[in-house]
Amino acid sequence: MSTRSAIDVVARRAYGKLLASLAVRTRDIASAEDALSEAFLAALTQWSEDSVPNNPEAWLLTVARNNAVDAVRRRDARHQASEELVRMVAVADCDQQDLPDERFALLFACAHPAMDEVVRTPLILQCVLGFDADTISNAFIVNPKTMSQRLVRAKRKLRDSGVQFTLPEPEQLSERLGFVLESIYAAFSLNWDASKSSSGTRSERSDFAEESVALARLTARKFPGQAEAHGLLALILFLHSRRDARRDHAARFIPFSEQLPAAWDMDMVEEAEASLRRTADFQEPSRYSLEAAIQSAHVAGRLKGETDWRRIIGLYDVLLAIAGSVGAAVSRAAAVGELNGPQAGLEALDAATESLSETQRARYQPAWAVRAHLLSELQQRDEARDAYLRAAALSNDPSVKAWLEEKAHAL
Amino acid sequence: MQYALLLYESLEDLASREGEGSSAYWDAWFAFSQSLVDAGVSRGGNCLQVPETSTTVRPSLSDGRVQDGPYADSKEQLGGLMIIDVPDLDTALDWAAKVPIGSGAVEVRPIFNPEVGACPVKDAESNAKV
Repeated sequence: MSTRSAIDVVARRAYGKLLASLAVRTRDIASAEDALSEAFLAALTQWSEDSVPNNPEAWLLTVARNNAVDAVRRRDARHQASEELVRMVAVADCDQQDLPDERFALLFACAHPAMDEVVRTPLILQCVLGFDADTISNAFIVNPKTMSQRLVRAKRKLRDSGVQFTLPEPEQLSERLGFVLESIYAAFSLNWDASKSSSGTRSERSDFAEESVALARLTARKFPGQAEAHGLLALILFLHSRRDARRDHAARFIPFSEQLPAAWDMDMVEEAEASLRRTADFQEPSRYSLEAAIQSAHVAGRLKGETDWRRIIGLYDVLLAIAGSVGAAVSRAAAVGELNGPQAGLEALDAATESLSETQRARYQPAWAVRAHLLSELQQRDEARDAYLRAAALSNDPSVKAWLEEKAHAL
Repeated sequence: MQYALLLYESLEDLASREGEGSSAYWDAWFAFSQSLVDAGVSRGGNCLQVPETSTTVRPSLSDGRVQDGPYADSKEQLGGLMIIDVPDLDTALDWAAKVPIGSGAVEVRPIFNPEVGACPVKDAESNAKV
Protein backbone atom coordinates (compact mmCIF):
# COMPACT_ATOMS: atom_id res chain seq x y z
CA MET A 1 0.00 0.00 0.00
CA SER A 2 1.39 3.40 -0.87
CA THR A 3 2.18 5.90 1.86
CA ARG A 4 -0.65 8.11 0.65
CA SER A 5 -3.19 5.30 0.88
CA ALA A 6 -1.93 4.21 4.27
CA ILE A 7 -2.39 7.76 5.51
CA ASP A 8 -5.86 7.99 3.98
CA VAL A 9 -6.88 4.78 5.71
CA VAL A 10 -5.67 6.02 9.08
CA ALA A 11 -7.29 9.40 8.53
CA ARG A 12 -10.64 7.81 7.77
CA ARG A 13 -10.51 5.49 10.71
CA ALA A 14 -8.87 7.58 13.36
CA TYR A 15 -9.14 11.31 12.66
CA GLY A 16 -11.97 11.86 15.12
CA LYS A 17 -10.28 9.78 17.82
CA LEU A 18 -6.97 11.57 17.42
CA LEU A 19 -8.55 15.01 17.39
CA ALA A 20 -10.57 14.16 20.48
CA SER A 21 -7.47 12.98 22.30
CA LEU A 22 -5.76 16.27 21.58
CA ALA A 23 -8.72 18.55 22.17
CA VAL A 24 -10.51 17.27 25.23
CA ARG A 25 -7.98 18.53 27.74
CA THR A 26 -7.28 21.96 26.30
CA ARG A 27 -10.77 22.49 24.84
CA ASP A 28 -8.95 24.15 21.97
CA ILE A 29 -10.18 22.33 18.89
CA ALA A 30 -8.69 24.74 16.37
CA SER A 31 -5.16 24.33 17.76
CA ALA A 32 -5.63 20.57 17.92
CA GLU A 33 -6.69 20.55 14.26
CA ASP A 34 -3.55 22.48 13.34
CA ALA A 35 -1.32 20.18 15.34
CA LEU A 36 -2.93 17.11 13.81
CA SER A 37 -2.74 18.31 10.23
CA GLU A 38 0.95 19.09 10.73
CA ALA A 39 1.38 15.55 11.98
CA PHE A 40 -0.32 14.16 8.88
CA LEU A 41 1.98 16.27 6.75
CA ALA A 42 4.97 14.92 8.63
CA ALA A 43 3.70 11.40 8.01
CA LEU A 44 3.55 12.12 4.31
CA THR A 45 7.24 12.98 4.22
CA GLN A 46 8.57 10.63 6.87
CA TRP A 47 6.67 7.44 6.22
CA SER A 48 7.76 5.50 3.21
CA GLU A 49 6.60 2.38 1.48
CA ASP A 50 8.71 0.19 3.70
CA SER A 51 8.27 1.87 6.98
CA VAL A 52 4.73 2.75 7.87
CA PRO A 53 4.88 2.61 11.68
CA ASN A 54 3.48 -0.45 13.46
CA ASN A 55 1.07 1.73 15.31
CA PRO A 56 0.41 4.64 12.95
CA GLU A 57 -2.22 6.18 15.23
CA ALA A 58 0.15 6.37 18.19
CA TRP A 59 2.84 7.84 15.94
CA LEU A 60 0.50 10.56 14.73
CA LEU A 61 -0.72 11.29 18.23
CA THR A 62 2.82 11.66 19.58
CA VAL A 63 3.85 14.01 16.78
CA ALA A 64 0.64 16.01 17.08
CA ARG A 65 1.09 16.33 20.84
CA ASN A 66 4.62 17.61 20.36
CA ASN A 67 3.34 20.11 17.81
CA ALA A 68 0.68 21.26 20.24
CA VAL A 69 3.21 21.70 23.03
CA ASP A 70 5.50 23.75 20.80
CA ALA A 71 2.59 25.90 19.73
CA VAL A 72 1.59 26.59 23.32
CA ARG A 73 5.14 27.54 24.24
CA ARG A 74 5.43 29.91 21.27
CA ARG A 75 2.05 31.52 21.91
CA ASP A 76 2.01 31.86 25.65
CA ALA A 77 5.64 32.17 26.62
CA ARG A 78 4.95 34.81 29.22
CA HIS A 79 2.13 33.07 30.95
CA GLN A 80 2.61 30.82 33.91
CA ALA A 81 -0.44 28.98 32.74
CA SER A 82 1.43 27.68 29.74
CA GLU A 83 3.47 25.26 31.81
CA GLU A 84 0.25 23.77 33.14
CA LEU A 85 -0.98 23.49 29.60
CA VAL A 86 2.21 21.90 28.40
CA ARG A 87 2.02 19.32 31.14
CA MET A 88 -1.59 18.48 30.30
CA VAL A 89 -1.00 18.22 26.61
CA ALA A 90 2.12 16.10 26.96
CA VAL A 91 0.67 13.69 29.46
CA ALA A 92 -0.54 10.28 28.38
CA ASP A 93 1.10 7.14 27.40
CA CYS A 94 1.81 7.34 23.73
CA ASP A 95 2.91 3.76 23.61
CA GLN A 96 -0.46 2.35 24.50
CA GLN A 97 -1.86 0.03 21.93
CA ASP A 98 -5.44 1.05 22.01
CA LEU A 99 -6.09 4.76 22.04
CA PRO A 100 -8.83 5.59 24.53
CA ASP A 101 -11.92 6.78 22.77
CA GLU A 102 -12.52 10.33 23.86
CA ARG A 103 -14.77 11.08 20.92
CA PHE A 104 -17.82 11.03 23.14
CA ALA A 105 -16.44 13.88 25.22
CA LEU A 106 -15.98 15.84 22.01
CA LEU A 107 -19.44 14.84 20.79
CA PHE A 108 -21.16 16.05 23.93
CA ALA A 109 -19.23 19.31 23.81
CA CYS A 110 -20.18 19.94 20.17
CA ALA A 111 -23.84 19.19 20.89
CA HIS A 112 -23.96 21.17 24.13
CA PRO A 113 -27.15 23.24 24.45
CA ALA A 114 -25.01 26.37 24.77
CA MET A 115 -23.84 25.87 21.19
CA ASP A 116 -25.76 27.51 18.39
CA GLU A 117 -28.25 24.99 16.96
CA VAL A 118 -27.19 25.51 13.38
CA VAL A 119 -23.57 24.76 14.09
CA ARG A 120 -23.83 21.56 16.14
CA THR A 121 -24.17 19.15 13.26
CA PRO A 122 -21.52 20.80 11.06
CA LEU A 123 -19.16 20.78 14.03
CA ILE A 124 -19.74 17.08 14.62
CA LEU A 125 -19.27 16.32 10.95
CA GLN A 126 -15.95 18.14 10.96
CA CYS A 127 -14.47 17.30 14.35
CA VAL A 128 -15.84 13.88 15.15
CA LEU A 129 -16.37 12.42 11.69
CA GLY A 130 -13.48 14.16 9.96
CA PHE A 131 -15.25 15.65 6.95
CA ASP A 132 -13.73 18.72 5.35
CA ALA A 133 -15.36 22.14 5.50
CA ASP A 134 -16.17 22.34 1.78
CA THR A 135 -18.03 19.04 1.76
CA ILE A 136 -19.97 20.17 4.78
CA SER A 137 -20.96 23.55 3.37
CA ASN A 138 -22.14 21.88 0.15
CA ALA A 139 -24.26 19.48 2.13
CA PHE A 140 -25.95 22.29 4.04
CA ILE A 141 -26.20 24.43 0.93
CA VAL A 142 -24.41 27.22 2.76
CA ASN A 143 -21.76 29.53 1.40
CA PRO A 144 -18.37 28.01 2.40
CA LYS A 145 -17.21 31.32 3.85
CA THR A 146 -20.30 31.54 6.06
CA MET A 147 -19.90 27.95 7.21
CA SER A 148 -16.24 28.51 7.93
CA GLN A 149 -17.01 31.59 10.04
CA ARG A 150 -19.65 29.68 11.99
CA LEU A 151 -17.21 26.87 12.70
CA VAL A 152 -14.46 29.27 13.79
CA ARG A 153 -16.86 31.05 16.12
CA ALA A 154 -18.13 27.78 17.53
CA LYS A 155 -14.67 26.46 18.28
CA ARG A 156 -13.77 29.73 19.94
CA LYS A 157 -16.83 29.45 22.12
CA LEU A 158 -15.93 25.90 23.07
CA ARG A 159 -12.44 27.02 23.97
CA ASP A 160 -13.39 30.06 26.01
CA SER A 161 -16.78 29.48 27.56
CA GLY A 162 -15.98 26.63 29.88
CA VAL A 163 -18.14 23.98 28.23
CA GLN A 164 -16.92 20.74 29.72
CA PHE A 165 -15.48 18.07 27.46
CA THR A 166 -16.76 15.14 29.47
CA LEU A 167 -19.66 12.78 29.61
CA PRO A 168 -22.64 14.42 31.31
CA GLU A 169 -23.67 13.61 34.84
CA PRO A 170 -26.23 10.78 35.04
CA GLU A 171 -29.11 13.20 35.76
CA GLN A 172 -28.34 15.11 32.62
CA LEU A 173 -27.37 12.26 30.36
CA SER A 174 -30.75 11.66 28.82
CA GLU A 175 -31.28 15.30 27.92
CA ARG A 176 -27.76 15.85 26.60
CA LEU A 177 -27.80 12.62 24.67
CA GLY A 178 -30.94 13.96 23.01
CA PHE A 179 -28.92 16.77 21.44
CA VAL A 180 -26.23 14.34 20.33
CA LEU A 181 -28.76 11.98 18.75
CA GLU A 182 -30.47 14.89 17.03
CA SER A 183 -27.17 15.84 15.44
CA ILE A 184 -26.41 12.29 14.36
CA TYR A 185 -29.86 12.06 12.77
CA ALA A 186 -29.35 15.40 11.04
CA ALA A 187 -25.99 14.22 9.68
CA PHE A 188 -27.62 11.01 8.44
CA SER A 189 -30.47 12.91 6.79
CA LEU A 190 -28.05 15.12 4.90
CA ASN A 191 -27.47 12.28 2.56
CA TRP A 192 -31.12 11.41 2.19
CA ASP A 193 -31.18 12.10 -1.50
CA ALA A 194 -27.55 12.08 -2.45
CA SER A 195 -28.27 12.85 -6.06
CA LYS A 196 -29.10 16.46 -5.45
CA SER A 197 -25.74 18.11 -4.85
CA SER A 198 -23.85 19.42 -7.82
CA SER A 199 -20.47 19.30 -6.11
CA GLY A 200 -19.31 16.73 -3.61
CA THR A 201 -19.07 13.35 -5.26
CA ARG A 202 -21.67 10.70 -4.60
CA SER A 203 -19.32 8.59 -2.55
CA GLU A 204 -18.52 11.50 -0.24
CA ARG A 205 -22.18 12.17 0.37
CA SER A 206 -23.12 8.58 0.98
CA ASP A 207 -20.31 8.47 3.52
CA PHE A 208 -22.28 10.87 5.71
CA ALA A 209 -24.90 8.15 6.05
CA GLU A 210 -22.34 5.39 6.61
CA GLU A 211 -20.51 7.42 9.25
CA SER A 212 -23.77 8.38 10.94
CA VAL A 213 -24.80 4.74 11.11
CA ALA A 214 -21.41 3.84 12.60
CA LEU A 215 -21.69 6.61 15.17
CA ALA A 216 -25.26 5.60 16.03
CA ARG A 217 -24.07 2.03 16.62
CA LEU A 218 -21.25 3.22 18.85
CA THR A 219 -23.65 5.44 20.79
CA ALA A 220 -26.13 2.63 21.42
CA ARG A 221 -23.28 0.45 22.60
CA LYS A 222 -21.88 3.14 24.87
CA PHE A 223 -25.24 4.02 26.41
CA PRO A 224 -27.17 0.77 26.54
CA GLY A 225 -29.43 2.18 29.25
CA GLN A 226 -30.78 4.92 27.01
CA ALA A 227 -33.89 3.99 25.06
CA GLU A 228 -33.47 6.74 22.50
CA ALA A 229 -29.97 5.59 21.58
CA HIS A 230 -31.45 2.25 20.51
CA GLY A 231 -34.44 4.00 19.00
CA LEU A 232 -32.33 6.24 16.81
CA LEU A 233 -30.13 3.36 15.72
CA ALA A 234 -33.18 1.31 14.78
CA LEU A 235 -34.69 4.21 12.84
CA ILE A 236 -31.49 4.98 10.96
CA LEU A 237 -30.91 1.33 10.14
CA PHE A 238 -34.43 0.93 8.75
CA LEU A 239 -33.95 3.99 6.56
CA HIS A 240 -30.45 3.01 5.44
CA SER A 241 -31.48 -0.55 4.63
CA ARG A 242 -33.40 0.82 1.68
CA ARG A 243 -30.55 2.91 0.28
CA ASP A 244 -30.29 0.86 -2.91
CA ALA A 245 -34.02 0.54 -3.42
CA ARG A 246 -34.99 4.17 -3.78
CA ARG A 247 -33.80 4.67 -7.32
CA ASP A 248 -33.91 2.37 -10.27
CA HIS A 249 -31.07 1.85 -12.74
CA ALA A 250 -32.18 4.96 -14.61
CA ALA A 251 -32.14 7.04 -11.41
CA ARG A 252 -35.92 7.21 -11.32
CA PHE A 253 -37.57 7.59 -7.94
CA ILE A 254 -39.24 4.52 -6.47
CA PRO A 255 -41.66 5.17 -3.62
CA PHE A 256 -41.70 2.78 -0.68
CA SER A 257 -44.88 1.07 -1.79
CA GLU A 258 -43.27 0.09 -5.08
CA GLN A 259 -39.81 -0.86 -3.83
CA LEU A 260 -38.63 -4.44 -4.18
CA PRO A 261 -37.73 -5.89 -0.78
CA ALA A 262 -35.07 -7.85 -2.66
CA ALA A 263 -33.27 -4.52 -3.04
CA TRP A 264 -33.32 -3.93 0.70
CA ASP A 265 -30.39 -4.77 2.95
CA MET A 266 -32.15 -7.46 4.96
CA ASP A 267 -29.23 -7.93 7.37
CA MET A 268 -29.62 -4.30 8.25
CA VAL A 269 -33.37 -4.72 8.64
CA GLU A 270 -32.67 -7.56 11.09
CA GLU A 271 -30.26 -5.34 12.99
CA ALA A 272 -32.89 -2.59 13.06
CA GLU A 273 -35.50 -4.97 14.44
CA ALA A 274 -33.07 -6.10 17.12
CA SER A 275 -32.45 -2.50 18.17
CA LEU A 276 -36.16 -1.87 18.18
CA ARG A 277 -36.68 -4.85 20.47
CA ARG A 278 -34.17 -3.30 22.89
CA THR A 279 -36.39 -0.22 23.16
CA ALA A 280 -39.27 -2.39 24.31
CA ASP A 281 -37.31 -2.96 27.53
CA PHE A 282 -37.97 0.63 28.50
CA GLN A 283 -41.23 1.78 29.99
CA GLU A 284 -41.79 5.09 28.33
CA PRO A 285 -42.24 5.41 24.60
CA SER A 286 -39.84 7.87 23.05
CA ARG A 287 -39.68 9.75 19.78
CA TYR A 288 -37.11 7.78 17.82
CA SER A 289 -38.35 4.47 19.16
CA LEU A 290 -41.83 5.29 17.92
CA GLU A 291 -40.58 6.37 14.52
CA ALA A 292 -38.62 3.14 14.30
CA ALA A 293 -41.71 1.14 15.29
CA ILE A 294 -43.63 2.84 12.50
CA GLN A 295 -40.87 1.89 10.06
CA SER A 296 -41.03 -1.66 11.30
CA ALA A 297 -44.79 -1.80 10.75
CA HIS A 298 -44.38 -0.53 7.19
CA VAL A 299 -41.65 -3.08 6.50
CA ALA A 300 -43.74 -5.91 7.92
CA GLY A 301 -46.68 -4.75 5.81
CA ARG A 302 -44.64 -4.78 2.65
CA LEU A 303 -43.21 -8.19 3.35
CA LYS A 304 -46.56 -9.73 4.29
CA GLY A 305 -48.48 -7.99 1.55
CA GLU A 306 -50.86 -6.39 4.01
CA THR A 307 -50.16 -3.34 6.15
CA ASP A 308 -51.61 -2.88 9.64
CA TRP A 309 -52.67 0.75 9.18
CA ARG A 310 -54.57 0.81 12.45
CA ARG A 311 -51.39 -0.01 14.32
CA ILE A 312 -49.47 2.63 12.40
CA ILE A 313 -52.07 5.28 13.16
CA GLY A 314 -51.94 4.27 16.83
CA LEU A 315 -48.17 4.70 16.86
CA TYR A 316 -48.49 8.11 15.25
CA ASP A 317 -51.03 9.10 17.90
CA VAL A 318 -48.53 8.34 20.64
CA LEU A 319 -45.73 10.03 18.71
CA LEU A 320 -47.79 13.20 18.19
CA ALA A 321 -48.63 13.29 21.87
CA ILE A 322 -44.98 13.35 22.91
CA ALA A 323 -43.30 15.05 19.96
CA GLY A 324 -45.81 16.76 17.75
CA SER A 325 -44.70 17.76 14.31
CA VAL A 326 -46.52 18.68 11.14
CA GLY A 327 -44.53 16.08 9.24
CA ALA A 328 -45.68 13.28 11.53
CA ALA A 329 -49.27 14.53 11.41
CA VAL A 330 -49.21 14.56 7.61
CA SER A 331 -47.82 11.02 7.50
CA ARG A 332 -50.54 9.99 9.91
CA ALA A 333 -53.13 11.54 7.61
CA ALA A 334 -51.84 9.39 4.75
CA ALA A 335 -52.27 6.32 6.96
CA VAL A 336 -55.82 7.43 7.86
CA GLY A 337 -56.51 7.67 4.14
CA GLU A 338 -55.41 4.07 3.73
CA LEU A 339 -57.50 2.78 6.62
CA ASN A 340 -60.65 4.92 6.43
CA GLY A 341 -60.71 6.08 2.85
CA PRO A 342 -59.46 9.19 1.07
CA GLN A 343 -62.15 11.54 2.36
CA ALA A 344 -61.17 10.79 5.96
CA GLY A 345 -57.56 11.19 4.89
CA LEU A 346 -58.22 14.66 3.53
CA GLU A 347 -59.91 15.71 6.75
CA ALA A 348 -56.96 14.44 8.75
CA LEU A 349 -54.62 16.25 6.37
CA ASP A 350 -56.42 19.55 6.86
CA ALA A 351 -56.20 19.11 10.62
CA ALA A 352 -52.51 18.25 10.30
CA THR A 353 -51.62 21.51 8.55
CA GLU A 354 -53.96 23.72 10.58
CA SER A 355 -51.12 25.17 12.63
CA LEU A 356 -49.25 26.39 9.55
CA SER A 357 -49.62 29.90 8.19
CA GLU A 358 -51.00 30.38 4.67
CA THR A 359 -47.50 30.84 3.30
CA GLN A 360 -46.13 27.80 5.11
CA ARG A 361 -49.00 25.63 3.93
CA ALA A 362 -48.43 26.76 0.37
CA ARG A 363 -44.80 25.66 0.56
CA TYR A 364 -45.04 22.43 2.54
CA GLN A 365 -44.27 19.77 -0.07
CA PRO A 366 -45.21 16.57 1.81
CA ALA A 367 -48.76 17.80 2.42
CA TRP A 368 -49.22 18.53 -1.29
CA ALA A 369 -47.96 15.09 -2.25
CA VAL A 370 -50.33 13.36 0.16
CA ARG A 371 -53.21 15.62 -0.90
CA ALA A 372 -52.59 14.81 -4.52
CA HIS A 373 -52.71 11.08 -3.85
CA LEU A 374 -55.92 11.33 -1.81
CA LEU A 375 -57.62 13.53 -4.40
CA SER A 376 -56.75 11.11 -7.18
CA GLU A 377 -58.24 8.27 -5.09
CA LEU A 378 -61.42 10.34 -4.95
CA GLN A 379 -61.33 10.71 -8.74
CA GLN A 380 -61.08 14.48 -8.39
CA ARG A 381 -58.75 14.58 -11.35
CA ASP A 382 -58.30 18.29 -11.89
CA GLU A 383 -57.58 19.04 -8.26
CA ALA A 384 -55.29 16.02 -8.01
CA ARG A 385 -53.30 17.11 -11.06
CA ASP A 386 -52.95 20.58 -9.62
CA ALA A 387 -51.76 19.18 -6.29
CA TYR A 388 -49.23 16.85 -7.95
CA LEU A 389 -47.82 19.77 -9.92
CA ARG A 390 -47.58 21.91 -6.80
CA ALA A 391 -45.81 19.11 -4.96
CA ALA A 392 -43.45 18.69 -7.91
CA ALA A 393 -42.65 22.39 -8.02
CA LEU A 394 -41.73 22.27 -4.33
CA SER A 395 -39.49 19.22 -4.65
CA ASN A 396 -35.73 19.73 -4.46
CA ASP A 397 -34.89 16.29 -5.75
CA PRO A 398 -35.11 16.03 -9.55
CA SER A 399 -36.16 12.38 -9.58
CA VAL A 400 -38.95 12.95 -7.06
CA LYS A 401 -40.04 15.96 -9.09
CA ALA A 402 -40.13 13.90 -12.25
CA TRP A 403 -42.15 11.15 -10.59
CA LEU A 404 -44.74 13.63 -9.31
CA GLU A 405 -45.01 15.31 -12.70
CA GLU A 406 -45.57 11.95 -14.33
CA LYS A 407 -48.39 11.24 -11.88
CA ALA A 408 -49.92 14.60 -12.76
CA HIS A 409 -49.84 13.93 -16.48
CA ALA A 410 -51.18 10.40 -16.09
CA LEU A 411 -54.46 11.76 -14.75
CA MET B 1 -13.58 30.05 36.03
CA GLN B 2 -15.22 33.37 36.63
CA TYR B 3 -18.49 34.25 34.97
CA ALA B 4 -20.56 37.41 34.92
CA LEU B 5 -24.30 36.90 35.29
CA LEU B 6 -25.78 39.91 33.51
CA LEU B 7 -29.29 40.43 34.78
CA TYR B 8 -31.80 41.72 32.23
CA GLU B 9 -35.12 42.54 33.79
CA SER B 10 -38.45 43.39 32.24
CA LEU B 11 -39.70 46.93 32.78
CA GLU B 12 -42.58 45.55 34.89
CA ASP B 13 -40.19 43.71 37.18
CA LEU B 14 -37.99 46.80 37.49
CA ALA B 15 -41.08 48.82 38.39
CA SER B 16 -41.90 46.39 41.18
CA ARG B 17 -38.83 47.54 43.11
CA GLU B 18 -41.11 50.10 44.70
CA GLY B 19 -44.66 50.00 45.96
CA GLU B 20 -46.78 46.88 46.21
CA GLY B 21 -44.92 43.64 45.76
CA SER B 22 -41.58 45.30 46.38
CA SER B 23 -40.80 43.25 49.48
CA ALA B 24 -41.36 40.06 47.50
CA TYR B 25 -38.99 41.38 44.84
CA TRP B 26 -36.17 42.30 47.21
CA ASP B 27 -36.62 39.17 49.35
CA ALA B 28 -36.12 37.01 46.30
CA TRP B 29 -32.95 38.83 45.28
CA PHE B 30 -31.44 38.86 48.76
CA ALA B 31 -32.17 35.17 49.11
CA PHE B 32 -30.50 34.38 45.82
CA SER B 33 -27.43 36.50 46.53
CA GLN B 34 -27.10 34.82 49.88
CA SER B 35 -27.30 31.40 48.27
CA LEU B 36 -24.30 32.29 46.10
CA VAL B 37 -22.37 33.40 49.17
CA ASP B 38 -23.36 30.27 51.09
CA ALA B 39 -22.18 28.10 48.21
CA GLY B 40 -18.85 29.92 48.20
CA VAL B 41 -19.15 30.91 44.55
CA SER B 42 -19.87 34.62 44.86
CA ARG B 43 -17.13 37.03 43.81
CA GLY B 44 -19.16 40.20 43.95
CA GLY B 45 -21.67 42.08 41.92
CA ASN B 46 -24.04 44.96 42.16
CA CYS B 47 -27.64 45.87 41.83
CA LEU B 48 -27.92 48.86 39.52
CA GLN B 49 -30.40 51.68 39.88
CA VAL B 50 -33.28 51.74 37.41
CA PRO B 51 -32.46 52.46 33.73
CA GLU B 52 -34.05 55.90 33.83
CA THR B 53 -31.16 57.04 35.99
CA SER B 54 -28.65 56.15 33.29
CA THR B 55 -26.72 58.43 30.99
CA THR B 56 -24.97 57.05 27.92
CA VAL B 57 -21.80 58.51 26.43
CA ARG B 58 -20.47 57.91 22.90
CA PRO B 59 -16.96 59.40 22.85
CA SER B 60 -16.45 58.60 19.17
CA LEU B 61 -19.16 61.00 18.08
CA SER B 62 -17.92 64.45 17.21
CA ASP B 63 -19.91 66.22 19.88
CA GLY B 64 -18.85 63.59 22.46
CA ARG B 65 -22.51 62.71 22.61
CA VAL B 66 -24.03 62.50 26.05
CA GLN B 67 -27.52 61.08 26.00
CA ASP B 68 -30.10 60.65 28.69
CA GLY B 69 -31.08 57.06 29.34
CA PRO B 70 -29.66 53.53 29.01
CA TYR B 71 -27.63 52.09 26.13
CA ALA B 72 -30.49 50.35 24.37
CA ASP B 73 -34.13 51.22 24.14
CA SER B 74 -35.40 47.72 24.74
CA LYS B 75 -38.12 45.92 26.65
CA GLU B 76 -35.59 44.40 29.01
CA GLN B 77 -32.89 46.38 30.72
CA LEU B 78 -29.73 45.64 32.65
CA GLY B 79 -30.70 45.62 36.30
CA GLY B 80 -27.51 44.36 37.84
CA LEU B 81 -24.67 41.88 37.60
CA MET B 82 -23.21 39.12 39.71
CA ILE B 83 -19.76 37.54 39.47
CA ILE B 84 -19.41 33.87 40.31
CA ASP B 85 -16.50 31.47 40.32
CA VAL B 86 -17.45 27.93 39.30
CA PRO B 87 -15.65 25.03 37.58
CA ASP B 88 -17.46 25.08 34.23
CA LEU B 89 -20.22 26.53 32.09
CA ASP B 90 -22.82 23.95 33.08
CA THR B 91 -22.47 24.94 36.73
CA ALA B 92 -22.79 28.60 35.80
CA LEU B 93 -25.90 27.81 33.77
CA ASP B 94 -27.40 25.93 36.71
CA TRP B 95 -26.97 29.02 38.89
CA ALA B 96 -28.37 31.26 36.13
CA ALA B 97 -31.48 29.10 36.03
CA LYS B 98 -32.11 29.86 39.69
CA VAL B 99 -31.92 33.65 39.34
CA PRO B 100 -35.28 35.28 40.26
CA ILE B 101 -35.28 37.16 36.97
CA GLY B 102 -39.06 37.03 36.42
CA SER B 103 -39.79 37.15 32.70
CA GLY B 104 -36.34 38.54 31.90
CA ALA B 105 -33.07 36.88 30.98
CA VAL B 106 -29.66 36.15 32.45
CA GLU B 107 -26.67 36.43 30.17
CA VAL B 108 -23.78 34.22 31.24
CA ARG B 109 -20.45 35.43 29.97
CA PRO B 110 -16.96 34.24 30.96
CA ILE B 111 -14.71 36.90 32.45
CA PHE B 112 -11.53 37.56 30.55
CA ASN B 113 -8.50 36.79 32.64
CA PRO B 114 -5.36 38.49 31.31
CA GLU B 115 -3.17 36.13 33.34
CA VAL B 116 -4.48 33.09 31.58
CA GLY B 117 -5.15 34.59 28.18
CA ALA B 118 -7.85 33.05 26.07
CA CYS B 119 -7.15 29.48 27.02
CA PRO B 120 -8.56 28.47 30.40
CA VAL B 121 -6.56 25.94 32.36
CA LYS B 122 -8.32 22.91 33.65
CA ASP B 123 -6.95 20.91 36.49
CA ALA B 124 -5.63 17.74 34.89
CA GLU B 125 -7.05 15.71 37.76
CA SER B 126 -10.58 16.89 37.12
CA ASN B 127 -10.37 15.72 33.57
CA ALA B 128 -12.48 13.35 31.58
CA LYS B 129 -14.50 10.58 33.10
CA VAL B 130 -14.72 9.43 29.53
